[in-house]
Amino acid sequence: MEAVASEKIPFWLNPKIRGIFYQAGVICCFAFLAWYLVSNTLHNLEKQSIATGFSFLNKESAFEVGESLISYSSADTYGRALIVGALNTLKVSFFGILLTLLLGTLVGLSRLSSNWLVSRLAALYTEVMQNIPVLLQLFFWYAVFYEMLPSPRGALNPVNGLFLCNRGVIFAVPEAHAAHKFMLLSLGIALAAAFFLRNWAKKRQATTGKHFPIFWVSAGIIAGLPVMVWLFFGAPMNMDMPALKGFNYKGGATLSPEFIALLLGLVLYTAAFVAEVVRAGVQSVSRGQTEAARSIGLRSGQVLNLVILPQALRVIVPPLTSQMLNLTKNSSLAVAIGFPDFVSVANTTINQTGQSIEGVALIMMVYLMFSLSTSAFMNWYNKKTKLIER
Amino acid sequence: MKSLKICIVIAAVLAFAGVSLAGTLDDVRAKGFIQAGVNGGVFGFSMPNDKGLWEGLDVDTARAIAAAVFGDAGKVKFMPLTAVQRLPALQSKEIDVLCRNTTQTLTRETTNGLNFVAVNYYDGQGFLVPKKLGVNSAKQLDGATVCVLPGTTTELNAADFFRGSGLQWKPVVIENTAELNKAFFAGRCDCLTSDVSQLAAQRSVAPNPGDYIILPEVISKEPLAPVVRHGDDQWFDIVNFTVMALIEAEELGITSKNVDKMLKSELPQIKRFLGVTPGLGKALGLDDKWAYNIIKQVGNYGEIFERSVGPNTKLGLERGLNGLWTNGGLMYAAPFR
Repeated sequence: MEAVASEKIPFWLNPKIRGIFYQAGVICCFAFLAWYLVSNTLHNLEKQSIATGFSFLNKESAFEVGESLISYSSADTYGRALIVGALNTLKVSFFGILLTLLLGTLVGLSRLSSNWLVSRLAALYTEVMQNIPVLLQLFFWYAVFYEMLPSPRGALNPVNGLFLCNRGVIFAVPEAHAAHKFMLLSLGIALAAAFFLRNWAKKRQATTGKHFPIFWVSAGIIAGLPVMVWLFFGAPMNMDMPALKGFNYKGGATLSPEFIALLLGLVLYTAAFVAEVVRAGVQSVSRGQTEAARSIGLRSGQVLNLVILPQALRVIVPPLTSQMLNLTKNSSLAVAIGFPDFVSVANTTINQTGQSIEGVALIMMVYLMFSLSTSAFMNWYNKKTKLIER
Repeated sequence: MKSLKICIVIAAVLAFAGVSLAGTLDDVRAKGFIQAGVNGGVFGFSMPNDKGLWEGLDVDTARAIAAAVFGDAGKVKFMPLTAVQRLPALQSKEIDVLCRNTTQTLTRETTNGLNFVAVNYYDGQGFLVPKKLGVNSAKQLDGATVCVLPGTTTELNAADFFRGSGLQWKPVVIENTAELNKAFFAGRCDCLTSDVSQLAAQRSVAPNPGDYIILPEVISKEPLAPVVRHGDDQWFDIVNFTVMALIEAEELGITSKNVDKMLKSELPQIKRFLGVTPGLGKALGLDDKWAYNIIKQVGNYGEIFERSVGPNTKLGLERGLNGLWTNGGLMYAAPFR
């Protein structure tokens, strides 16, 4: 029977061969399209005598960037200017994500609170923030900064060493001291020690059933070790105080109005979405789980940590990832309020060099990189928190 | 098989779409209007008035091109563009000509693939500061926070100026002119830097214009001119000689009011200019009445200047460098012959 069938079916009717043929066809089409688009673009650019290639990255940028984590001046290259922009994007995304997680979790849990006022307030916050476009929120926070706060000469000075004015928030920082390096080092060691301690305590509890007060001990190590190092160096207390000099404050550290407005806008907006994600996650765990946990004598902290969260996180983590990506991508709205993020610097670069295609390609690459690494990390975390069935 | 067919069709469409053989003049004639890129809001150069009609020196320059091409100054559509958008919009053929206080530079002429025609406003960069700051020279701006538009030569000149003078500064770069003005007037920056004409325009929209002064230093040369794409010489000639015609008419004493009378003039250069003696329009690929139409409908350069930015407007700018060469200015048209 089989032999007859294979004889009868000609190869062009063989589904397997046809499948391969179609797929090869699609790949060829795609390659042709890609080749066509690239070569046509190059041809057109050449016809208009517009420069191509990435050699501009090594040329002097000749423009200044408002704030930078690394040293930069207009004598540096376009490449360095773009790195400055990328670092600024990273800075605002990193702090934005941290604060969003904190605020979002708080609001999400508040909404489930049995206290009527707390849950209503959380609901109000979520509904209002979710439904106002983030760009408007950015404009609003930026305007609050420059319209409400006084000029540097009349800056608000609520506590010693802290100034609020329309140039930003300027605050005193500890003067540079050799102790800081060692304090940072000791913090690292303390974190590592706490990690190992936790593993050890878990193992011990699993084998002997003996409980170890891991939270308090770790907190003690993490806070205590750097303080001990600080005391060892004679407790250096000198502060770098900001002082009004000429047009602006010298000394101390400054958070610019652009940065604060961007951070506030992004955090308040995204936190509303995160709150809903958290609420959904917690509500997905059936009440019976809580009741069962209580009935075997777990305390309410343990109920949350050992029963509710491990199950809720499975639901929370995947949509949380996309909210983090949203925040990173929305940070490109910085352009509207003058924060020098990557898009802002790249836009200036595009305009000064005239090479939009390269510039846009760089923008896409950088955001893709940020997003892919965020989601790679979150996927790893997701795998970890997935329910492990025994 | 279906997907293959679709691919082939798409490829074929793209292949033909990519090739456009017609020049800009033919394209413009085919669609019946000129798409001009302008500034979204610089008083005196291009800004919609309270009736929604565009007004200003750059806008009128674009109208003059429409008058030259179509014999109708109304056949132009304005597309407001930010400093960052303007060059890509021209490169990608979204607009036919850019009349948006754009400075002629070597890079823009070469690697950006653009051509600047005759200058329609000679400008220079300055600083606008609040009076209460107590500053009377740009050299006193050490440590200042400076509001500046991105994607401009202004941004580069400011960096050069502060670097060259060994002064510290902090730029605040906002793309939207209105947003930038708001931030400056609210005190986000100590000073605003831009071309002097634009500073005058920005001051005129301040809550209290009298509270601000323009510092005496002019730190750059800013020849502002309309821009077209590389590689279309005919269109370049038309736009170039439209600007020159505005200047030439002023020099010849032809205004929108006396242009009809001037048709009867016996002076050979006026007869050539207005097309009474034919030839010049045809050489450009236009009607011989092209210059007549420009002057009749838009006016000469002096008229445009006076009604847009001159001493009797809110800007109150003197002719200065923008006077005719015969009056000690830089406005000088090539001979019309």
